[in-house]
Amino acid sequence: MTAATANRSSLSWYEASARQRLEALVDAGSFNEFIGPELREMSPHLSIFDLPEQFDDGIVIGRGRLDGQPVLVAAQEGRFMGGAFGEVHGAKLTGLLRAARRLKQDVLILFDTGGVRLQEANAGELAIAEIMRAVIEARRPGVRVIGLIGGRAGCYGGGSLIAGTCSTLIVSEQGRISVSGPEVIETNKGIEEFDSRDRAFVWRTMGGKHRYLLGGADIFVDDEASAFRHAAIQALKSKGRCDLGLLEAEQQRLERRLQRFGEASDAVGIWQAIGVDNSEEIPGLPTREFLRRAADKREHAHDAR
Amino acid sequence: MEKLSFKLNAPTSAGGTRALAIVGVVASGNLEVLLERTSPANVCTIDIATAAHGFGAVWEAVVRDFVARRAAGGLRISINDGGARPDTVALRLAQGVRLIEEREA
Repeated sequence: MTAATANRSSLSWYEASARQRLEALVDAGSFNEFIGPELREMSPHLSIFDLPEQFDDGIVIGRGRLDGQPVLVAAQEGRFMGGAFGEVHGAKLTGLLRAARRLKQDVLILFDTGGVRLQEANAGELAIAEIMRAVIEARRPGVRVIGLIGGRAGCYGGGSLIAGTCSTLIVSEQGRISVSGPEVIETNKGIEEFDSRDRAFVWRTMGGKHRYLLGGADIFVDDEASAFRHAAIQALKSKGRCDLGLLEAEQQRLERRLQRFGEASDAVGIWQAIGVDNSEEIPGLPTREFLRRAADKREHAHDAR
Repeated sequence: MEKLSFKLNAPTSAGGTRALAIVGVVASGNLEVLLERTSPANVCTIDIATAAHGFGAVWEAVVRDFVARRAAGGLRISINDGGARPDTVALRLAQGVRLIEEREA
């Protein structure tokens, strides 16, 4: 699209479509789509509910080059059914990850999802399980699976579980990561537990800055396609590790974290506890200053989270 | 879903050589338009699946206007619609023919 190429130096990741993000992420002109929209590989379930379908079922997959290196890529379209996983949507990502293992090529997943599509929940849940297995099976022999999170829908539900299996997560402030979404928590636990209309509170507890500070994400970037691209190039320079020792160490880190912060009622208190100066200022800080203050205080996940 | 189909004589053939183009997403008040260069050069076919029922006459007016004004000959156009307004539809169709005219990267 003309707009994507012209805006390559400044394209909001949050505002962009899945196709625009891919176009801006990989080397110019290198993207080749698999199972493109012309094949009309659409959901077999939505028509039962008389719901509109999309030709790519809300996910664009294919191959491209990143700084010259061949990579496999997948991008979810958060505006189509909240980027949710259905049968075809999920199968496209599973297939891509299995190809990655066979080809020994790294994968970039551009998450933008509310989780599983309710209209095809069983197929969607199965897809989440298959994808997580496929991520681990690709990572074991050394393939890196990088997650990029900064879209409108965030990365929720099954999408957040998949993100948890990635080797590196790149996140912007707008990129929320959580298993349950704000409305889900409020509905189940009450407004005293979680006020979903308090947007500042939502972003403090699920947003990119908090996830980065607690080691739930590894690289924090501005809401710019070029920033995501540079971070992805950076992420592919580190060697991916995935073994039992790594997972056990991470399990211990998470148990310690729960002991230390399990009673906290707001993220600000957690930031203070890990030693961030004037932690109440964190949400308003521009990226450079945020990274400076986070630098020697934040926790690290080391290839697992 | 309501399905509509139009086969129109197109005075001008679509420019460029791209085989296909896609614009827009299926969301509330939005639509996706897939354009494929698979029709005879003086024909434009448009197939629509829309969530909003009973607007066949409006669709016909919009697509006839589109084919009269733009270079749409040779295109098979497929639309998934989430209830977009006619001006949004006209805009996406215009974006679509622009995109398929673009030089391949």
